[in-house]
Amino acid sequence: MSDVALRTRPSGSRLRSYARAFGGLLLRDARVLVREIVPFVLRTVMNPLLFVFVFAYVFPTIGQGFSGGAPDVSFATILVPGLVAVAVVFQGISAVALPLVNEFGRTREIEDRVMAPLPVGAVAVEKIVFGALQSVVAAAMVFPLVYLVPATDVSVNFARWPLLGLVVVLSSLTAGALGLAVGTVVRPQQVPLIFSILVIPITFLGCVYYPWASLGSIRWLQIAVLVNPLVYMSEGLRASLTPQLPHMPVPAFLGAITLSLTLLSTLGVRAFLGRVRS
Amino acid sequence: MTPSIRLRGLTKVYNSAGVRAVDGIDLEVGQGELFGLLGPNGAGKTTTVGMCTTRVLPTGGSVEVDGLDVVADPAGVRQRIGVVTQYNTLDRACTVRENIYYHCRFFGMGSAGGRRRTDGLLEQFRLADRAGAMPDELSGGMAQRLQVARAIAHQPRVLFLDEPTAGLDPQSRIALWDIVADLRREGITVLLTTHYMEEAEQLCERVAIIDQGRILVCDTPAALVKSLNAGRVVMLALDSRDDALLARLHAIEGVTEVQPTDDGGVRLLAAAANGRLLPQVVEAAQPNGVRDLAINDPSLETVFISLTGRDLRE
Repeated sequence: MSDVALRTRPSGSRLRSYARAFGGLLLRDARVLVREIVPFVLRTVMNPLLFVFVFAYVFPTIGQGFSGGAPDVSFATILVPGLVAVAVVFQGISAVALPLVNEFGRTREIEDRVMAPLPVGAVAVEKIVFGALQSVVAAAMVFPLVYLVPATDVSVNFARWPLLGLVVVLSSLTAGALGLAVGTVVRPQQVPLIFSILVIPITFLGCVYYPWASLGSIRWLQIAVLVNPLVYMSEGLRASLTPQLPHMPVPAFLGAITLSLTLLSTLGVRAFLGRVRS
Repeated sequence: MTPSIRLRGLTKVYNSAGVRAVDGIDLEVGQGELFGLLGPNGAGKTTTVGMCTTRVLPTGGSVEVDGLDVVADPAGVRQRIGVVTQYNTLDRACTVRENIYYHCRFFGMGSAGGRRRTDGLLEQFRLADRAGAMPDELSGGMAQRLQVARAIAHQPRVLFLDEPTAGLDPQSRIALWDIVADLRREGITVLLTTHYMEEAEQLCERVAIIDQGRILVCDTPAALVKSLNAGRVVMLALDSRDDALLARLHAIEGVTEVQPTDDGGVRLLAAAANGRLLPQVVEAAQPNGVRDLAINDPSLETVFISLTGRDLRE
């Protein structure tokens, strides 16, 4: 077969040209992000800002409040890792999935993007990587809000910063991969469903507002939420930032986040290849 | 000289419907040639271009572009080709200038080189005064010019234009023809698909007529028209039509083909030599009530009808 004979390993110069194309894609995405920085900031900070304002400032100030399953720790402390995790995951949807749905469906921009001189799978991986970069920025933006706004004491500790960095990076890549998978599979008319059947259940059942251990009293739910990757991100951030709260063992959440990343990126890249090549 | 594009037994079967969209095409396009693939909608033109441009996987056969096999080395092929699809695929989140500039970056140009190339193309394609506009603010003709400018920004060896003027107003269409003719002068190989016969006739050095996934004929437009052996095409609108009429028309000296048309009339091809053609045609058709009569020079459209019995626009 002549085409097998022609198929050779990419040479060094070929890999450099792939790298330049990949860098070009990142540059383009960065340019668009800079232009749309205001919407980016708004969509990133609004949810955590209001959440922490109402539940960690207004409620304690007017004399209402919850303990979130750990009576000796303020609810604000429980919220910090959870809301950072939500911000990370939400970027995957808003920065990767929603634009991708449009590029596939309405504008067909993707047809031009996949003509860039690099393997089509790399175009999909670029979406994950740039989505992850935005997730990291989102996490960094949300953190000061949820730390400074609450009326009650927030006790966060940075001693485990290497773990924190690892969890944020892995979680961000997973969020990007989730965005790629969702953006490739969903059709434009199904976009509202992304929120009602994906974003809302994932956040409410993602151990954002309560540590996973406290679900022990609803055993079936405690087991059911284990399919939700946000659970491991919240728990991972909890273990890194607020280790005084109950949290999953480190190998458990690192293993589960890595597994989610592997599954979602495989699914996302395959679905992407399937949609652009017929 | 190796051909710029070489198709060998190229076939695409869509399994879902079992449709043979492309059914064993052999074709060679020479370097620097401006080649047209002419056929009606659904003939397999876009699928063929899709396979040449690495977007569609062939079911059988092979495509080589600039000496590279499209299945074995798709990324290498993409480095050497420019593509304008029949849809507007401009980056809606980027300005006119950025559409070209980032394309340059995807294809390995540096920052300064990309800016120089972008400025040059904005001038060349008369887009400089709209450089800061967003693609959604452009007219159809401008958007299409920008798509072509972007497609050639990395100086590809081969340019694929899929129905480049579909949906454009006549003025923009002619402007685009000028652009394509200029590219040809720069030595770039161009393969364009179209269902407009004037486009193929005016622009292309060679034309392949494609229908139902197969190439029917391939030659220069002049040679294709000449092969009809006809100097005149006469269209008759009639009150009625019967076999006797067709026989009478056939019997006229110089008439080479008599075809019933869908609207109840008759199209006939005749050699130009017969100076008394029209009176004879009118006389033969009079019993069936001649309502109207039109005489045209034969064109690629006539070639297509003569080959398939159908109109290009059907």
